[in-house]
Amino acid sequence: MVPPGLYAIGTPDAQAPVVVTANYKMSYDIVRRALSGRNVWLLVLETYGINVWCAAGKGTFGTGELVRRIEASGLAQAVSHRRLILPILGAAGVSAHRVKQRSGFEVVYATVRADDLPAYLDQGGTATPAMRELRFNWYDRLVLIPVEIVLAAKPVAPVAALLYLGARLFWGADAAAATALAFLGAVLTGIAAGPLLLPLLPGRSFAVKGACAGLLYCALLYALAAGVRWGGAATAACFLALPAVSAFYTLNFTGCTTYTSKSGVKKEMRLGLPIMAGALGVALIIVIAGRLLV
Amino acid sequence: MKGFRYLEGVATLELSSALCIGCGRCVEVCPHQVFRMEEKRALIADRDACMECGACALNCPAAALKVDAGVGCASGMIHEWLREKKLPGLSGGGCCG
Repeated sequence: MVPPGLYAIGTPDAQAPVVVTANYKMSYDIVRRALSGRNVWLLVLETYGINVWCAAGKGTFGTGELVRRIEASGLAQAVSHRRLILPILGAAGVSAHRVKQRSGFEVVYATVRADDLPAYLDQGGTATPAMRELRFNWYDRLVLIPVEIVLAAKPVAPVAALLYLGARLFWGADAAAATALAFLGAVLTGIAAGPLLLPLLPGRSFAVKGACAGLLYCALLYALAAGVRWGGAATAACFLALPAVSAFYTLNFTGCTTYTSKSGVKKEMRLGLPIMAGALGVALIIVIAGRLLV
Repeated sequence: MKGFRYLEGVATLELSSALCIGCGRCVEVCPHQVFRMEEKRALIADRDACMECGACALNCPAAALKVDAGVGCASGMIHEWLREKKLPGLSGGGCCG
């Protein structure tokens, strides 16, 4: 975490532009690197080590903190102009006209990415359409996956252990290990394969995309792990439960994307969660019935 | 956004063009190019691209824009529902740490 306050890049004077960012170490480093070799003021807000986009959503990269930081840092004495350059993704937390009312500083939203700041400044403070556009490429999604796996590990580990113990009680050690591994594979499919294959998977709904990835995973498992020997009940349960698990985790990825809306996710959850829960319930009934009847 | 479209007909974004003063702030803040200026008034050119971040409504000096803003995050929403129903859930809100 970078202490909030006013920083100098190069040797800025009273006319130098003022760029505002969050005190997430990576945001700060990227902005500094992008602007190295220039003379710019950098006003760092207290966002408790969180990036601009997430901090704007929470309101810490917000009007109140910006006005407070302008006063606390003595920015009005350091520069003679009254103009602040903010990242476009900070606009979800900052109200430009209220900042102007309360501090006298005018806010302009420059670019989405810090890398475009030099070109923005060179063009006299105008952004091209490309600089204002969000992107979400394969690599952007790839870097999110390790974090998602770590976050999921906490609730997933006890469920996997429970599955193992339950299956071991009724079917023995081999089946138990296979059950737990199949479940973990479905989680991984939802977290990693779903997001990576996002544009290739059918539909717009993340739950549907996840279910498709899960079905694909299930089919692969069936082909590679001698599915013909699983028996009817286990096969049916696999094809019901595993895609439901993958669907849930791909739906969960909506929190990481930059184009899904709250209303859309709400709709998906209202429709999707009961179906997922139903699939899991039916799968459970099938394996228990299979056990009792055979 | 290029290559990605989310569900259609769900975004809650509303623009009252009678209140619009044509400042262009919404065009400036929207990272999904939802707005366009026409004859000194803003209009919604692509509502389905809206991710409901709320930047336009927050920055509209004429209060001409309304949107039910929030983060579209499944685990965050589940935690919110559990909190509302006062059910004990897992700690931590997921998305964004």
